[in-house]
Amino acid sequence: MLALKNVEVVYSDVILVLRGISLEVPDGKIVALLGANGAGKSTTLRAISGLLDVHRGDLTKGQITLDEHRIDHLPPAKVVKLGIGQALEGRRILAELTVEENLRLGAHTARKTLDVNLARVYELFPQLKERPRFTAGYLSGGQQQMLAIGRALMSSPRFLLLDEPSLGLAPLLVQQIRDIIVEINRQGTGVLLVEQNATMALSIAHHGYIMETGKIVMDKPARELLDDEDVREFYLGLSSEGSKSFAEVKHYRRKKRWLS
Amino acid sequence: MTQFLQALVNGVSLASIYALIALGFVIIYKSMQVLNFAQPALLLLGGYWVLYFATVWGWAFPLAIVVGALFAAATGVIVERTTLRPMVGKPVFAVAILTIGLNTVISVIALDLMGVEIRQMGDPWGFGFVEFGGLNIAHRQIAAIVAVAVLVGLLLAFFKYSRLGLAMRATAFDQEVALTQGVSVSTVFALSWAIAAVLAMFGGVFLGSGVGFERSAAVTALKALPVVVVGGLDSIAGAIVGALLVAVSETLAATYQPEYAPFLGKGFSQLVPYVVMLLVLLFKPYGLFGTKEIERV
Ligand SMILES: Nc1ncnc2c1ncn2[C@@H]1O[C@H](COP(=O)(O)OP(=O)(O)OP(=O)(O)O)[C@@H](O)[C@H]1O
Ligand SMILES: [Mg+2]
Repeated sequence: MLALKNVEVVYSDVILVLRGISLEVPDGKIVALLGANGAGKSTTLRAISGLLDVHRGDLTKGQITLDEHRIDHLPPAKVVKLGIGQALEGRRILAELTVEENLRLGAHTARKTLDVNLARVYELFPQLKERPRFTAGYLSGGQQQMLAIGRALMSSPRFLLLDEPSLGLAPLLVQQIRDIIVEINRQGTGVLLVEQNATMALSIAHHGYIMETGKIVMDKPARELLDDEDVREFYLGLSSEGSKSFAEVKHYRRKKRWLS
Repeated sequence: MTQFLQALVNGVSLASIYALIALGFVIIYKSMQVLNFAQPALLLLGGYWVLYFATVWGWAFPLAIVVGALFAAATGVIVERTTLRPMVGKPVFAVAILTIGLNTVISVIALDLMGVEIRQMGDPWGFGFVEFGGLNIAHRQIAAIVAVAVLVGLLLAFFKYSRLGLAMRATAFDQEVALTQGVSVSTVFALSWAIAAVLAMFGGVFLGSGVGFERSAAVTALKALPVVVVGGLDSIAGAIVGALLVAVSETLAATYQPEYAPFLGKGFSQLVPYVVMLLVLLFKPYGLFGTKEIERV
């Protein structure tokens, strides 16, 4: 089990962004982490994977544990070795490298299982298998997202952290990504899924957390969140009375697309 | 015609030495965005290790090269660990100035070890040369060109096929992504300094072959900096093309300028690398192969 307890994160010594986050990702489950822009979702993932340093961030309180062992303050390479893989927000494909080189990079800590994992990723993503020597930057958005997820799988992670995998993708592709996440989870990997597309995330998650300005404001089994009136109104755009918040949600998405 | 071809041959052999120094510069810049002005000093110290093993201890030259390379690599790693590591995240400009200081410190050490007189490298090439269609091509020139071709080939294969080479390319492209894939970026930094120091050592070896090694080697090494600007700070191909362009211009100027443009004065060819650099900068501010955004400091 991957767990965060009262985690507080400060950027540049002064900007308090996470104000005591607690969440749990049990083995083999999908956990959704939802919230609007700037809520602190990506920061939560950075705290887990040891990337705060890169952003001048600091974990100032609380702890992060993997099977009761603390992993906060470990360097990112150690965290990967312990079995936590991550696909960053915005795909972050190495555009000048080939598809296969991107995947080989993912196996940096797992040389011995390179062939097995490569076969597994190619089976999950036949579209990548067709073009191993293709320059990654010329892949379509959906294929790039697949490559980002595939790359994170190359270290055989026990837990996979996904940061907005549906970002900027057409509905059909979002469906595909969704099915792939389900399949990855079925093969035994625990998933912490950060999403703005709450409908998609909650439709496959076992449990969901909702974040607002650095705090968890709600935490329930995904089923119950889907039925919750407030959640429906603010995150799913399914308000029973009119669609003011729906417009807002859409606006968010559009804004994100420009940024990505 | 013979005169022209001779200048060309001399240019290519000089280019191989510039390329060694420039490549080290580019590799360090790509992996950690540090402008390393200590390359000339690394060349002096590296060259010294080899001549020390070859002439003072009398080892076979290939052995002196291998052990010299190990010493050079260790020097690179130590310098990176002690001096550059604490500066991660500091302004590019400040770190660049720091490397100038490093250049002074390492040069002082190297020159102290070397002494004032010209030292023989202990190389097998000496002053031997082959005559070929009226051209005189020194053995050491051939050795330099062949060695650099082989080294560049090895380097490219390393980047293309090896796990660490791939990690280095990934780090150059997107450091955070490299971290998320389990790459130890500090290993990459150290490795890039080791590689740069070894390449500089070879530069010293070929500069000192035959004619002997002395402090002026550092001045020649300094002329590799315009090469980097010409080729582009972050381009390996640029380092090679830039080296050829600068070195050939320089040897052509050395051949023809005294005759056709004597008013430019003696030793004008020494300025040519900087003239080429200015000309390229007028039309290509990021160098011939440089990436635009990367250099915006
Ligand atoms: N390096 C940084 N320095 C200072 N503030 C930062 C830094 N990175 C993020 N922040 C701030 O922290 C807050 C949370 O950012 P974070 O990226 O974690 O949000 P998010 O929930 O992932 O948002 P999004 O949906 O836009 O990706 C934001 O207000 C953001 O401006
Ligand atoms: Mg985010």
